Amino acid sequence: MKSQDHEAHPKPRRNVELLLLLIALTIGIGAQVLVGLNLEDTIDQRYWTEGGVQVGLALAFHIALRLRAKYADPFILPIVVTLNGLGIAMIHRLDFTNQYDGVADRQLMWTAVSMVAAIALLVLLRDHRRLRQFSYISLAVSVLLLFLPIVPGLGQDIQGAQVWVSIGGMSFQPGELAKITLAIFFAGFLANNRDLILLAGRKVGPLTFPRLQDLGPLFLAWLIALGVLIVQNDLGNALMFFGLFVAVIYVATSRISWVAIGVAFVAVGAVLAYQFVWHARNRFDIWLNPFDPEIYDQAFGSHQLVQGLFGLAHGGLTGTGLGSGSPQVVALANSDMIIVAFGEELGFLGLSAMLVLYLILFSRYMRAGLGTRDHFGKLLAVGLAMVLVLQVFVVVGGITRVIPMSGLVSPFLAAGGSALLANWLIVAIVLLISHAARRPIVVGPMLNTTGKGASGTEDPLRGRNTGEQQPVSESQGSATAPALKEGDS
Amino acid sequence: MSELAITVLQFGLLLLLWILILSIIAAQGRDMMVSKRARTRAPRNDAPASAPEAESTPATVHHSGKTPRPRPRRLVISEGPLVGTEIELGSIPIMLGRAQECTVVLDDDYSSGKHARLFPQGSRWFLEDLGSTNGTWLGDEQLTRASTVEPGDRIRIGKTVLELRT
Repeated sequence: MKSQDHEAHPKPRRNVELLLLLIALTIGIGAQVLVGLNLEDTIDQRYWTEGGVQVGLALAFHIALRLRAKYADPFILPIVVTLNGLGIAMIHRLDFTNQYDGVADRQLMWTAVSMVAAIALLVLLRDHRRLRQFSYISLAVSVLLLFLPIVPGLGQDIQGAQVWVSIGGMSFQPGELAKITLAIFFAGFLANNRDLILLAGRKVGPLTFPRLQDLGPLFLAWLIALGVLIVQNDLGNALMFFGLFVAVIYVATSRISWVAIGVAFVAVGAVLAYQFVWHARNRFDIWLNPFDPEIYDQAFGSHQLVQGLFGLAHGGLTGTGLGSGSPQVVALANSDMIIVAFGEELGFLGLSAMLVLYLILFSRYMRAGLGTRDHFGKLLAVGLAMVLVLQVFVVVGGITRVIPMSGLVSPFLAAGGSALLANWLIVAIVLLISHAARRPIVVGPMLNTTGKGASGTEDPLRGRNTGEQQPVSESQGSATAPALKEGDS
Repeated sequence: MSELAITVLQFGLLLLLWILILSIIAAQGRDMMVSKRARTRAPRNDAPASAPEAESTPATVHHSGKTPRPRPRRLVISEGPLVGTEIELGSIPIMLGRAQECTVVLDDDYSSGKHARLFPQGSRWFLEDLGSTNGTWLGDEQLTRASTVEPGDRIRIGKTVLELRT
């Protein structure tokens, strides 16, 4: 099969990835060495072993991509390696203060576990479309994961939020993995039922509102989010799950009314939470009046937020330099508040660079979604991109007092194994989607097309080798319509 | 190590971060400029769906000609109970069948409720059978999968024959 007339076969671009990966590793390991130099630690064997582990893992991932997903996006891996390396360096730097000890080693270990798991997923899954079969299983798994922490004897209450599971001394946040399973469920559900939701509706002014019975799933997502909020006191994840669903349904149907309804639901949820959940009300008070001495001094008060703001201000344009600031003043400086530590020590230039990296990463996730041909893949990529961007928004927005602060961690940077594992698995899935998007397909001649030169046509959205038999039913048939308005000019 | 050297290295780190960002943006090249490139190539082409294909999705539609032709704009019923009816085609998919919710309601005893679907892709319309009882015929062949419809091709559903016109 010939490729496009005006464009040659797409290039795998793995060499570009290798080059960028080298810069990424230099940044991560360089930052760590700089910390050591500045704090007058001897640069001994340990630094080189840790650096070597990072190089080895990154190269292993790169080779896995060369072998299994040759056409995958070449920019995702370098960006993620940069962020992860900077995170380890900052956690390492905070280990020199007397609040923390040995967290960097644990983070490096979790990085290794996560990357190996991501490589395994990449190699074993091979095609993201196979995840579609697990749509409903994913929902069950999500609910299970979300409610695991409240099982007596298993759950653990840390910092007022009940999101931890502890088994034999190892703690884990199962809610982090629920991000992935919920994204799979939403994508699968909407890929199947999109037309039903799209066709019916009542038009009010410029907006077309969906029928009441189609609101059901939205309502269910809202209930899950609210349940997470009330049962686990976890504001951040509640916001993220609901935002994820609204974003995916908006992309699936391209109807702005869903966003309007979603915002209304969030408003109602926020009012309910403010009324009935002490934890949420506390966060609102901190957000609105952080400089009130009473709120500043109370237990669970605004001390953390205010010190974070001071830390960001202290950083200035170029920062104090790695190791020269005092980020340990802020509580949880190496997990929830790690953005503040970066703002202080790398300054505006460094922190804005990291935010731009997040932005590029998000745009690459969306690009994978735009490029892929199957409906499920599009929605899944968009959902996973939303998971990333909502995490960053909730964390950075909370720290900078744009929204109330809530316990989410910045992806790839913050100390915490479960979040790291979840985010690396997301990377593996998105890389598979982008591989499917850019890979050339070979198509045989068509049997039933008349007309001159009309051979070799393929349903461009369904693609080939879907690995599943799709019964041509009425809803299936029309579900192949392009959901994303690609390149709308 | 002297303080000056460390400061220089710190700035080097910030510089390297931005170098990474700039090289990523440079390497992306026109990958993200989906719509812009499509606009410069085909200024009058009002088919937005053609843009991403041209840029990224490789080898989905085989163009026989070098220049993209305008997409057919009318669907004409040339035989059958509704002969003479014309339907303006936009850029949204069209459902053909006997059911009332179809875009084109065929008053034809041999067609199924939701018989076939016609959807635009790039500069072409594709026809797809939706599991109808009596099948959809394009020219002399029965449809087994979605395929392109050229202007003048006879689409036969039951006793109705439809044609695309530009």
